[in-house]
Amino acid sequence: MSVADVLLLTLVAVLTRLVLSSRWGAALRGWILLGLSVLAIFWLQPAMPIRFLDFWLPVLTLAITLCSWLLTAEKEQVRSKQTLVTTAFLFLLILLVALTRHLGWDGVLTANRPPQTLQVLVGLGILAVLAFLLGWLGKSTARWQGVGILALLLVFIFLKLPDLTLWLSGTVRGWVGQSTANASALDIRWLGFSYVAFRLIHTLRDRQAGRLGDVSLQAYVNYVIFFPAISAGPIDKVQRFTKDLLQPVTRDLSSFADAFYRILLGLFKKYAVADTLALVALNSQNAAQVQSNGWGWILVYAYAFQIYFDFAGYTDIAIGLGRLLGIRLPENFNRPYLKPNLTQFWNNWHMTLTQWFRAYFFNPFTRSLRTRYRQLSPTWIILITQLSTMLLIGLWHGITWNFVLWGVWHGLGLFVHNRYSDWVKPRMARWGDRPRLQQAMNVLNVLVTFNFVALGWVWFALPQVSSSLQVFARLFGIGC
Amino acid sequence: MDTRFYRNVLLKTLLLFVIFNLLLAFLPRTPGKDQLSLYNHLVPGRQRFPFGEAPQQAYNFSLYDLDAMFSSHAVSARSGSEDELRVFLLGDSSVWGTLLKPEETLAGRLNAAGLSCQGVPVKFYNLGYPTISLTKDLMVLERAMRYQPDLIVWLTTLEAFPLEKQLASPLALNNPGRIQPLVERYNLPLEVTPLAEDFWSRTLMGQRRSLADWLRLQVYGVMWAATGVDQLYTDYEPAAWDLEPDENYYEFSPPNLPNEQLLWQALPAALDLAGDVPLWIVNEPIMISAGANSDIRYNFFYPRWAYDQYRTELAIRTQHLAIPYIDAWDWIDPHEFTNSAIHLTPDGEHTFAEELKLEILDGLCP
Repeated sequence: MSVADVLLLTLVAVLTRLVLSSRWGAALRGWILLGLSVLAIFWLQPAMPIRFLDFWLPVLTLAITLCSWLLTAEKEQVRSKQTLVTTAFLFLLILLVALTRHLGWDGVLTANRPPQTLQVLVGLGILAVLAFLLGWLGKSTARWQGVGILALLLVFIFLKLPDLTLWLSGTVRGWVGQSTANASALDIRWLGFSYVAFRLIHTLRDRQAGRLGDVSLQAYVNYVIFFPAISAGPIDKVQRFTKDLLQPVTRDLSSFADAFYRILLGLFKKYAVADTLALVALNSQNAAQVQSNGWGWILVYAYAFQIYFDFAGYTDIAIGLGRLLGIRLPENFNRPYLKPNLTQFWNNWHMTLTQWFRAYFFNPFTRSLRTRYRQLSPTWIILITQLSTMLLIGLWHGITWNFVLWGVWHGLGLFVHNRYSDWVKPRMARWGDRPRLQQAMNVLNVLVTFNFVALGWVWFALPQVSSSLQVFARLFGIGC
Repeated sequence: MDTRFYRNVLLKTLLLFVIFNLLLAFLPRTPGKDQLSLYNHLVPGRQRFPFGEAPQQAYNFSLYDLDAMFSSHAVSARSGSEDELRVFLLGDSSVWGTLLKPEETLAGRLNAAGLSCQGVPVKFYNLGYPTISLTKDLMVLERAMRYQPDLIVWLTTLEAFPLEKQLASPLALNNPGRIQPLVERYNLPLEVTPLAEDFWSRTLMGQRRSLADWLRLQVYGVMWAATGVDQLYTDYEPAAWDLEPDENYYEFSPPNLPNEQLLWQALPAALDLAGDVPLWIVNEPIMISAGANSDIRYNFFYPRWAYDQYRTELAIRTQHLAIPYIDAWDWIDPHEFTNSAIHLTPDGEHTFAEELKLEILDGLCP
């Protein structure tokens, strides 16, 4: 997103806020937000070289959201009038977006000209039949919810594994009659799929566990595709989001000021700080060019701060836009580089992702190991669960060896910190009456933690293991 | 609802913004002064001027602020000194070093030769800039004089002389405030309209482009220091070997090169700008093709008749002005050129430097 995009979205959010705070606006709040978010996912979807894919991917986002809701909703809810109206509303919006091809609005609402109307009608017809079958057959069972989760993970793997993405690109190109020779793994860039998948899996799992409660289709789609958080999070919980959706929206100045403050802060972090740091941050090009270990460290530190300010900036913008629309999205960062150990770092870095993995992988996996493998020592359980959690977080960023190693780096780091923490606690207790020593230790801990994380970014920032190893060698003056 | 607080924040912000803009607008500005810069302080000065179209790959980009360009250059680290003899090399892209690493340029090769005069080391500074225009060179020379050179070597070629080329250089075109005084002072036959500097252009908003350029220049200084890279080295199309049977040079046809269409006035102007500092002129090497139609043209740039007349005229005029002149036009093997008839390969530059250093030592250290 460019600064102009953010400013435009801010303007839209301000106008929406003014409308929502009126009596009839409050009554139509869900519909207005839904309409905005649907249009926004078409508008934000980047252009792609495969014909019409930048139209069909947002439609697919809506389709999988609709199917996931059908897998989580009660039968009465599925067959309610409101569901029918919401579905019709979604279909109508998609159709209206498609009809813009006749207005010559190319590049205004969608990156490229939408497909022909007949093609869109056929696509919507298929989706309607699928939705009807899912609703009619009443597949809201734990098994089908599991199938839904597996399907989402499968799509995720296809999108994150370059070889599979390349194959998928070739296949889709074949379908639309484009040359498969030009297929590339970069052809398919599905706006916000990762975050959409996290939200959908969260609802499917919560439904399996009986924690979901009743969520209307309108609220559900609003939650999944809420446009401020579609591309970079944070990952909210549907139960919390729907509560906000029911709160009245006011025109009080302080909430406007609060929202603007976050948006301005985000703009500054992202476009002034992060984008400037990006010029000197470690990347595959400069990793091979850097001439001394001192400059190597500067590049690594620049990357550490760049990725933080970039991501935290986007989060601030999302939170600010959310507040303008009356939704208090959860915080995602809380000074992570000032934390004295790795566990606290991960409790304060991309917090909603960490919480998601803790809730849907780490905790259930730990419980499972404890009950099924009673002979396993707690140390082994900690090692296995932390390593596997961080490995999955690494793989979420992309299925490459570098992300695997980044995950292992942090998994082992967390394990070592866990063991060290147990060892050092009684010893540190003796320093209770020496606050300066404790303070000094705290500073040292912050520095060690930050450097550990910064070195971990060497795996993350570079595409190949060999280039990462070269950078490590350069940083520590090995072999040069 | 505390509206007073937000109103006060807004008013204070506006007030500070206005005060800052007024300060910036009314602060006296003195072009020609060195600017605040990381270069030569936190990061080493650049070996050549910033120039480039691919900043993220080259850690370098083109800007038009001559003061910022000089402040980023190693030449501005100090002005004059007892412990080195400072030789400034002026010229176009062949001096700047297109497709060459800093150490492969003429200045780089000459510095590598480790010349000294009576025990004082000779240091060469690359003040070339990759557009061909004598007027641009005069502008650079005028600005460079504050760094107290001991010798100025001006490398040039016929392509820099036509009047129509003078302001084709974006650097010259975007500095009318510097070019106009030169035009008036030396009666150069050029039409330059200096931009009227209004209030708006002096404010923060008006200066946003130059401020952003300055900031980017500083940031890329870090990458220059970290990598030593200041140019994107790409594959290139070799300079044309087989030539068109075209006898024209621009709109000039044989038999006579119209001297009034060439900026010969630049030679006395440069001499005057150099003052007491010796100025040498070098007619830089060109590719002498032996391909198709090479009986008509030396290369893509020059028909033979025009270039021959230029050489003769340059020799006469430099002699008349008592400017030491080195005609290096045929010093380099034609296969030692890269993407242009004036751009040398690293080996070609080495050969050129080996030949030139003897002449320089003779002149500088008799």
